[in-house]
Amino acid sequence: MPSIRDEVSFWLNDQLITRSAFSPCETLLDFLRLNQRLTGSKEGCAEGDCGACTVLVGRLYRGGLIYETVNSCIRFLPSLDGCHVVTIEALKGQNGALHPVQQAMVDHHGSQCGFCTPGIVMSLYALWMEVPQPNRQQVETALQGNLCRCTGYAPILKAAAAISDYGTPASDWLENERNVNFDRLADLKHGDRVVIEKDGQRAILPANLDDFSHVRLDEPDATIVAGSTDVGLWVTKNMRALDVMVFVGHLEEMKEISCAKPYITLGAGATYSEAQDAVVEHFAHLKDFWNRIAGQQIRNMGTIGGNIANGSPIGDLPPVFIALGADVILRRGWEERRVPLEQFFIAYGKQNREQGDFVKAIRIPLMQDSSHHAAYKISKRRDEDISSVCVAFNLTVEDGVISKARIAFGGMAGTPKRAEHCEARLIGQPFCEASLVAAGACLDEDFTPLSDWRASDVYRMKVAKNLFRRFWLDQIDGQPEQEAAQ
Amino acid sequence: MKQDNFPSSNDTPSGIKGGVHEDLVHESASKHVTGSADYTDDIAEPVGTLHAYLGLSERAHAKIIDLDLTPCLAMDGVVGVLCADDIPGVNDISPSHLDDEPVFVTDTCEFWGQPLFAVIAETRDQARRAAQCAKILYEDLPVVTDAYAAMEAGYPYVAKPLKLERGDFETGFADAPHRIASQMRIGGQDHMYLEGHIAFALPGEDEDVTLFSSTQHPSEAQHMVARVLGIASHAVTVQVRRMGGGFGGKETQMNIFCCVAAMAAKKYNRPVKLRPDRDDDMAATGKRHDFIVDYDVAFDDDGKILAVAGDFIARCGYSSDLSGPVTDRALFHADNAYFYPHVRLRSHPMKTNTVSNTAFRGFGGPQGVIVAERMIEEIAYKLGKDPLEVRKVNFYGGAGRDLTPYHQTVEDNILDRLVDELAQESDYQERRSAVLAFNKRANETGAIYRKGLSLVPVKFGISFTATWFNQAGSLIHIYADGSIQLNHGGTEMGQGLNTKVAQVVADAFQVDIGRIKITKTATDKVPNTSATAASSGTDLNGMAALDAAEQIKTRLVAFAMEKWGVDADAVVFLPNQVKIGEAHMAFDVFISEAYMARVQLSAAGFYKTPKIHWDREKGQGRPFFYYAYGAAVSEVTIDTLTGEYVVDRTDILHDVGKSLNPALDLGQVEGAFIQGMGWLTTEELWWDDKGQLRTHAPSTYKIPLASDIPRIFNVKLAHWSQNKERSIKRSKAVGEPPFMLGISVLEALSMAVASVADYKQCPRLAAPATPECVLLAVDALQSGAGDAH
Repeated sequence: MPSIRDEVSFWLNDQLITRSAFSPCETLLDFLRLNQRLTGSKEGCAEGDCGACTVLVGRLYRGGLIYETVNSCIRFLPSLDGCHVVTIEALKGQNGALHPVQQAMVDHHGSQCGFCTPGIVMSLYALWMEVPQPNRQQVETALQGNLCRCTGYAPILKAAAAISDYGTPASDWLENERNVNFDRLADLKHGDRVVIEKDGQRAILPANLDDFSHVRLDEPDATIVAGSTDVGLWVTKNMRALDVMVFVGHLEEMKEISCAKPYITLGAGATYSEAQDAVVEHFAHLKDFWNRIAGQQIRNMGTIGGNIANGSPIGDLPPVFIALGADVILRRGWEERRVPLEQFFIAYGKQNREQGDFVKAIRIPLMQDSSHHAAYKISKRRDEDISSVCVAFNLTVEDGVISKARIAFGGMAGTPKRAEHCEARLIGQPFCEASLVAAGACLDEDFTPLSDWRASDVYRMKVAKNLFRRFWLDQIDGQPEQEAAQ
Repeated sequence: MKQDNFPSSNDTPSGIKGGVHEDLVHESASKHVTGSADYTDDIAEPVGTLHAYLGLSERAHAKIIDLDLTPCLAMDGVVGVLCADDIPGVNDISPSHLDDEPVFVTDTCEFWGQPLFAVIAETRDQARRAAQCAKILYEDLPVVTDAYAAMEAGYPYVAKPLKLERGDFETGFADAPHRIASQMRIGGQDHMYLEGHIAFALPGEDEDVTLFSSTQHPSEAQHMVARVLGIASHAVTVQVRRMGGGFGGKETQMNIFCCVAAMAAKKYNRPVKLRPDRDDDMAATGKRHDFIVDYDVAFDDDGKILAVAGDFIARCGYSSDLSGPVTDRALFHADNAYFYPHVRLRSHPMKTNTVSNTAFRGFGGPQGVIVAERMIEEIAYKLGKDPLEVRKVNFYGGAGRDLTPYHQTVEDNILDRLVDELAQESDYQERRSAVLAFNKRANETGAIYRKGLSLVPVKFGISFTATWFNQAGSLIHIYADGSIQLNHGGTEMGQGLNTKVAQVVADAFQVDIGRIKITKTATDKVPNTSATAASSGTDLNGMAALDAAEQIKTRLVAFAMEKWGVDADAVVFLPNQVKIGEAHMAFDVFISEAYMARVQLSAAGFYKTPKIHWDREKGQGRPFFYYAYGAAVSEVTIDTLTGEYVVDRTDILHDVGKSLNPALDLGQVEGAFIQGMGWLTTEELWWDDKGQLRTHAPSTYKIPLASDIPRIFNVKLAHWSQNKERSIKRSKAVGEPPFMLGISVLEALSMAVASVADYKQCPRLAAPATPECVLLAVDALQSGAGDAH
C-alpha cells in the first residue's frame, strides 16, 4: 500500500497552491473566484456548456507538458493535483502590452458585453499555441464550447485568423517557461495516494491503477470521477452530496492506448482528445463524428470510460463502439473480465457491473476490408449538443451480399441498443439501397422512441429510418451536391 | 487620471481622437479581453456579506396549502428566511402597475419556477442548498401553458388588447381575386445573456440602501425597491457599471432580485448578494413572447395586397409585465415594409400558467414582421412569383400608399434603393436562378439536398410607444485639471452606448476621447431614467449628453468673451485647444482659467424626443420618430433526409443613418442577425405537460455557435443614408432592427422545403424551424399532406 498524503498541490499561474482539508466538491471556478479573487473567469452556466469559465490546465502527459482548455466550473479541485492552471489573469503580452490573442480581439471588435470574452480568449490562446495559423474549421472547432450571445462570432473568427499577425507562440511566456513549468510539475509527482477529507466528505486519488483496484474494493459505493463532465453537474446542478469520490483522471495507466492486431484497446481514462488520433487512424469514419462529441473543453476532460460507465442512453460513444463489436474490460481487484459492450447496458440506469468492478478499458476489433462503416449524430444544433438520434453502421459484405450486420442506436431506447430486426433483415441481402431502405423500415420493430425537448418520437423514428438511406448514399461515390452542402 | 483603453487612432478629419462617425473600439475592450472588466459578481464583497437564494415553486398552478421553512432554517450557515409576510412595503413589482406580480407568492403559484421565499445564508452554496429544503404542500389547479388553449379555456387577457384599423377590411376582402387565411406559430426565445441576473445590496444608515445590479432599468429597480421596502425613492441608489448582455431580459426581470437583496440587506444590516443559478434564472424570468397568429390576406394577380386581417394571440404568462406594449408593438410591425389598403389587426395578450414573458430585442416587433413576411410568401407561392417581386410591389410609397395601420405617414422610406442595391451586390437574381436550377435537377435525379434563397427587408419604428419614456438625462463634470467625467441615464450592456455617447461629448468639446471618463450608471447622478431599451439608448442619451456639453460650452464662451473681450464667434473649440481671438490655449489651461474665474463646470443635460404622440384608444398617432431600414439575403442548403441545414451565405445591407461609430454598428448588425437566426432555427423552448420548462440551460437550449453562422457573411452599412429627422448627428438606432433580418434564413429554409413540391405550396414552417421541423415539413409536402408541422 502506498503512503498517504492529505494535500494536493498545483501551480496556479506562477503560484504554488497546496491545499488540505477542503470540500472535494469544490470547483476550480469557485476556488479561483471566491478563494483567490481571480474574477476574470466567469460563471455562465455551471454545467460546462457556455465556456465563460475556460482556463488552461497543463499536465505531464507522455513525457511532455500539454496545455488544454477545460471548463473550470465543473472541474473539481482535487483533480488538479500536479497540474498547472493558467487563467486569463496570467495572459500578458510583452512589457505590459496586451497578448497577441487579446490585441487581435480588441482590434477586430471581438467583444461586446465582454462576459464570454475571457473564455473565448483562452480557447483561442490554446488553439494559437497549437496551430498559430488556423483555418476556419479549426477555429470553429476550438470555439465549439464557447457561447457568445452578442457578436454573432464574425469578428471573433476574424480576430482568430489574425492572431499570428500580432505575434508567434515563440514569443509567448508560457512557451518560454515550458521547461520551468515542466520541472515544476515533475517535482510535484509523488507516487502517493492522496486522501482529502472535510466534514465527512472524502476525495481519494489512488497512487496508481493497482491502488485504484484496492480503493474500489474498499469503497464500492464511492463515486468514480474521471473527467467530471457528468459528475460535475451532479454537484453544480443537483447539489448532490458525494461522500466519497475516487479521482482517476490522473492515472496514466488508465489512459493507455494499445494496438495489438486484431484489436485496439482504449484505456477507460483516455479523454476524447487523447484518444482522437488513434481512433481516427483506425476508424476513418469517425473523423468528423469525433469532433461532434461535445465541445473542445469537454473533449479535453471527458473520458471514453466515463461515457460508457455512466450508462446514458444518449452518450455518443456506446452506439459507435457497439456497432464495432467492442468489449468492455471490467476489472475487480486483480481480476479482469470482458463483456460485450451491448450486454453492459442492461436497462436505463442499470449496467452489468458487480460491486467493486470498474471499467478499465474498451477493446475494439479493428475494421475488416470487407466491412462498411458509418456513424451519424442528429441533434438540434450541429455542434456541442446531445444527440436526438445517434447511429453507427457496420456491415460486412462478401461477394456483394451482406453477411454480417451490426447497427446500434442511441437516443431510441432506454439504453444504447442494436437494431436486431433491421440487422436480421439485412443478412443475406445484396448490399444496395433497396436492402438498406427495407431494413430501415423494420425499425418500428426494434424501437419505440420517446418524445422530449430534443426531438419527438415521430422525428426520431423518421430520421433513424432515413439514415439507412444516408448510409447507402455515403457508400457510393460521386455525390457532388453533398460537397456543396458541407 | 485612469483612462479606459482606447486604441491610438490616427487623427481624424476633425482632428481629435475618438470623435463622431469614427470607428472606435468599445471603451472596455481591453478590460474585456484581460478579464479585468468588473461585473456585479466580481465586486469585492465586504466582510460579512450574506447570500440570498430564491425558493421556487415546483408546480405551474397550485394553491400553496403549507409552506414550511423550518427545515431551511436548520441548514448549515442559514441566517434566516424571507417570505411574503416579511415584506415591509407592498408585495408587488408589476412594472405596468397592474398589481399582478408579487415578489413572493401569497396563496397561489401561477407558474413553475415562481419565487415563494428566499433563504439567507453565510455563503451562496449554503443558501442554495437550504432553499431546496422547504416543505411545501400544494393543491394542484388546472394548468394551461399554450396561448390558444388559454383562449379556448376562457383565460383572461393580462393587459388591455389593442386594435389597429384602417379602411374597411371586409370590403377589401369582398372583391379580392385571391384570399388566403392560415395560421402561423412563432416560438419564444430565451435571452441567454451570458451573465445571469444578479443583485448586490449594501445597507446604509436610516433607510438607505445601495444596489449594484445588472439591470437595464436602474430607475425602475430603484422605484420597485422603494415600493417593496415601503420607503421613499430617495433612499435607494441603483448602480450599473456594465452588464454581461441584456437583450431586454434585464429590463423588468431584475426587479425581484434587487428587491429581495435589498430586503435582506436591511433586515440583517449586512451586505447581501443574490445570484440565481442559470437553470433558476431561466425558469424564474421571462422570455420573448411566443405567438399564434391567425392571418387573412387578400391580393390581386400582381401580388398587391388588398386587405389584411390578423389576430395576434400571445403567450404572456401569468402577469402583465410588459406584455401590453409588447403585443402592441407586434401590431405596429405587422405591416413590416408593406402598405395595407384595408386592415384590421388585433392583439390577444393571453394569460397562461407560464413565466411572465417580457421584453426581448425587437419587443414584439419581430413577431409582427414575420407574419407580414409569411403573407408575402403565401402570395408568392400562390401566384408562382419570386417573393422579392411581391415584396417590391407592396412597399410603402406612391400616391396614397404611405399610411400605416396606425395612421402614421411613412416619410423616410429608403427600401427601394436599399433592396435594389442589396439585390445587385448579392447577385440575387443570378443566384435565385442557380438555386432553382439546382433544385430542379435534384427533383429530377432524386437527390437529397435542396437550396433556398430569400431576401427579406425590414422597416422598424424607433421610439418607445409609451411616449413618456422618450426622455433622458445626463451629467457632465469638467474638473479643474481639464478631465471630463460623463454620466448619462443609459446602461452599457455590450452595445457600445458609453463609447458612442463619449464620442458625442468629445466632439462637442473637441477633445480627445481619452480625456473623458464614462462612469457607471447611477440613479443618484441622473434620476428618473428610462430603460435602456427600444434601441433608443444612443438617440436619447447622446442628445442629453450633448445638451449638457452645450450648456457648459455656453458658459465657457461667455467667460472667454468677458475675460478677453472678444465676440462669441471669436471663441472656437479647436481640437484639444480653444481659439480666443487670435490666441490659442490648450483645453486644460483654458478650463483651469475658467475654474479660477468661478465658472460652473458641471451641467445636467436633458432631452425629450419631439414630434411623437399616440392615442391608444383610437389606435392613431405618430408613435415613432423615424424608421430604420435594412435587408438581408440568405441562402441555405437543407438535407431532406434529416432536416439538417447549413446557411451558406448571408448578405446584409443595413441603415443606421449617419453612423456615430460604424465599427460598433456593424457589430450590432452582425450580432442581431445571428440572434434572430437563432430564434428561428435552433432556439426552442419546450414545456412539459405539467408546465415545467425543460429547456432551461445551455445544455438543453441551443443558441448559435461559431460553426452555425453563414459560411459567407457579408455585412454592410448603407453609408449613403442619414436620418431625415434631427437625431443625434443624424444617426439611427441599431440595436433591434437588424434582429429581424434573421427572417431571411427562415424563408430561405421555407423555399428549400417548398422545392420538393415544386413551389406549389407555401410550406408554412413553424418557428423555430429546427431540423425536426424542416424534415416533417418536407415529409408533409412530399406526401401531399398540405400544412406542415
